[in-house]
Amino acid sequence: MSTNVNTIQDLADREYKWGFVTQVEEERVPKGLNEDIIRVISAKKNEPEFMLQWRLRAYRHWVSLEKAQAEPKWANVRYGPIDYQEIVYYSAPKQKPGLTSLEELDPEILRTYEKLGIPLEEQKHLAGVAVDAVFDSVSVATTFKEKLAELGIVFCSFSEAVQKHPDLVQKYLGSVVPYSDNFFAALNAAVFTDGSFVYVPKGVRCPMELSTYFRINAANTGQFERTLIVADEGSYVSYLEGCTAPIRDENQVHAAVVELIALDNAQIKYSTVQNWYPGDKEGKGGIYNFVTKRGKCLGANSKISWTQVETGSAITWKYPSCILQGENSVGEFYSVALTNNYQQADTGTKMIHIGKNTRSTIVAKGISAGHGQNTYRGQVKIMKGATGARNYTQCDSLLIGDKCGAHTFPYIEVRNSTARMEHEASTSKIGEDQLFYLRQRGLKAEDAVSMIVNGFCKRVFRELPMEFAVEAQKLLGVSLEGSVG
Amino acid sequence: MSLLEIKNLHVKVDNHEILKGIDLKVNAGEVHSVMGPNGSGKSTLAHALMGRPGTTVTAGSITIDGTELAGLPSWRRARAGLYLALQHPIEVPGVRLAAVLTEALRETAGDADRVATSLDAEADAIGFDRRFLDRALNVDLSGGERKRNEILQMGVLRPRFAVLDEIDSGLDIDALRSVARRIELATSEWGLGVLAVTHFRRLLQELRADRVHVMVGGRIVAEGGPELADELDTSGYGAYSA
Repeated sequence: MSTNVNTIQDLADREYKWGFVTQVEEERVPKGLNEDIIRVISAKKNEPEFMLQWRLRAYRHWVSLEKAQAEPKWANVRYGPIDYQEIVYYSAPKQKPGLTSLEELDPEILRTYEKLGIPLEEQKHLAGVAVDAVFDSVSVATTFKEKLAELGIVFCSFSEAVQKHPDLVQKYLGSVVPYSDNFFAALNAAVFTDGSFVYVPKGVRCPMELSTYFRINAANTGQFERTLIVADEGSYVSYLEGCTAPIRDENQVHAAVVELIALDNAQIKYSTVQNWYPGDKEGKGGIYNFVTKRGKCLGANSKISWTQVETGSAITWKYPSCILQGENSVGEFYSVALTNNYQQADTGTKMIHIGKNTRSTIVAKGISAGHGQNTYRGQVKIMKGATGARNYTQCDSLLIGDKCGAHTFPYIEVRNSTARMEHEASTSKIGEDQLFYLRQRGLKAEDAVSMIVNGFCKRVFRELPMEFAVEAQKLLGVSLEGSVG
Repeated sequence: MSLLEIKNLHVKVDNHEILKGIDLKVNAGEVHSVMGPNGSGKSTLAHALMGRPGTTVTAGSITIDGTELAGLPSWRRARAGLYLALQHPIEVPGVRLAAVLTEALRETAGDADRVATSLDAEADAIGFDRRFLDRALNVDLSGGERKRNEILQMGVLRPRFAVLDEIDSGLDIDALRSVARRIELATSEWGLGVLAVTHFRRLLQELRADRVHVMVGGRIVAEGGPELADELDTSGYGAYSA
């Protein structure tokens, strides 16, 4: 007797393969949050006074928000209350002070990044990619620094930038995402421990991809990093971030802030492949990814492009946005968000058109499988002075199976009658029938799924740097295995 | 000479026995037709041969040249030389026809250039608009175009045996004629064996069947030459009620 069972269910549920834990000695502060903890973090990082004061102002603002129960509740995601006093706000692998070369780095950490496919030795690394590796609360290594320095490009950990380029940090920190922006941005400003800093000087085209690889390792910690990228007049930089975390039963909070500033004729391309631990098949564990990302096209003819592939996290709350202030500036948002099992994502973008002839493009692809809930939330705002502004939005949902959901909340606000707005949306459903159709033509089940999904995401993958587009495709395939039930 | 052999095939759907012991042999180059009223189990036979989820073979065997297909995943059956032209081919957004066929032929003749050339030739042979070749699979195609698309894919994949599930439905008479010509040609071109499931004689007026099998209540109740189809046309299936 043989049974033609539901072959998609037969597909082995491949485990989250980045879920291992590295055994390193860590240095951590006591759990909980108060002004003393913030002073400790600031002191550990040997920060100048302006940083401490800024953190404390942020903290006080956050406390007022917490009292007012102002944690954002409007997103289409559900989770239990978070006890912010149970989180450890600083955890770092113990290392010798003043680390100067990779040989001094804990070999366990080196091995961790090897295992993740991010070798930190420059000779082994992907050609043309410089990496800043952030492990829990601190940056552990940055590659190709000298080579970049020859061009005047600063690429280092945020902590180092505070020491070596305090003027730049003071000038731009919080200029795009002020600490008062929202609950999580305030929390991040108070306690952020590290992140990456990039400055590309006038007229320089950064010759390699810059990337940060975020790794959460320690238990019961939150990761709060901050990235600041400044592209001076006429410069260009392409930046990529990747993220993974071990498998743990409890939820961990990741509340990052990213600020981008593009001056006249400058261009920043920012790509994310987010693969935080998504929780298990029953929805236990996983990262709460509460992230504020925003870029400001400050200069004329500047351009900021966000490309994100969001496959991980139990909950994603994230709206990489562009403030289009300079005339003729361009904002772009390309997104693939995938939710499988019990993952929830509420993600999208804001395009704020202030300058004349500003243009924005939004292409959002949501894939829902299992019991996943996927929400696109977008705002396009055309201000009074934004004569000749244009927006094109395309928002597509793909449902795999019949227990998942796709939701779309586009907000459009136009205060200038010369604006041109286009909005397209679609929803399609992939069921057993489509998969059977491809399989009976001779395609293996996993090839059939990945062909459908990659076809759906093509428009976004095109925007990713080559090597990462391939990675992203594979990642989607793995994340979707066993998805139709 | 290839042989598709179905022996004592019993199939359940939703725990109901639909096929109650089917025996059929199709030799390479032959055209067989399975005719029967609605609900007789014709489509279940087509689906069970290809291993569609939901059909369960409880006894019997399906072999091509002695290789057992029952129990194999659909893609392996396809690669063993079996093809199913669906009654209702559906849209698969985002997936191009050429990509599917190239992948399906990867282990044999899977080179993208060959697939492209062969797609053009097959499209012309059955009057399928070449512009549709660049679309996602069946997206925005009419019912008739989708049916042609099934035969077009068959032409590119060149299976040893093709099961055609109500291929005539949705096709106008000209389209039916060109599709029938293509199938007939395939039987001599590479010795394609055909099992055409239909409940109208319309198809058999265009596609000459070597053998006609009448199916009622999940059993083959009569067999004969092409003349059997003519008889059915006048007497109906009533005489065979289970």
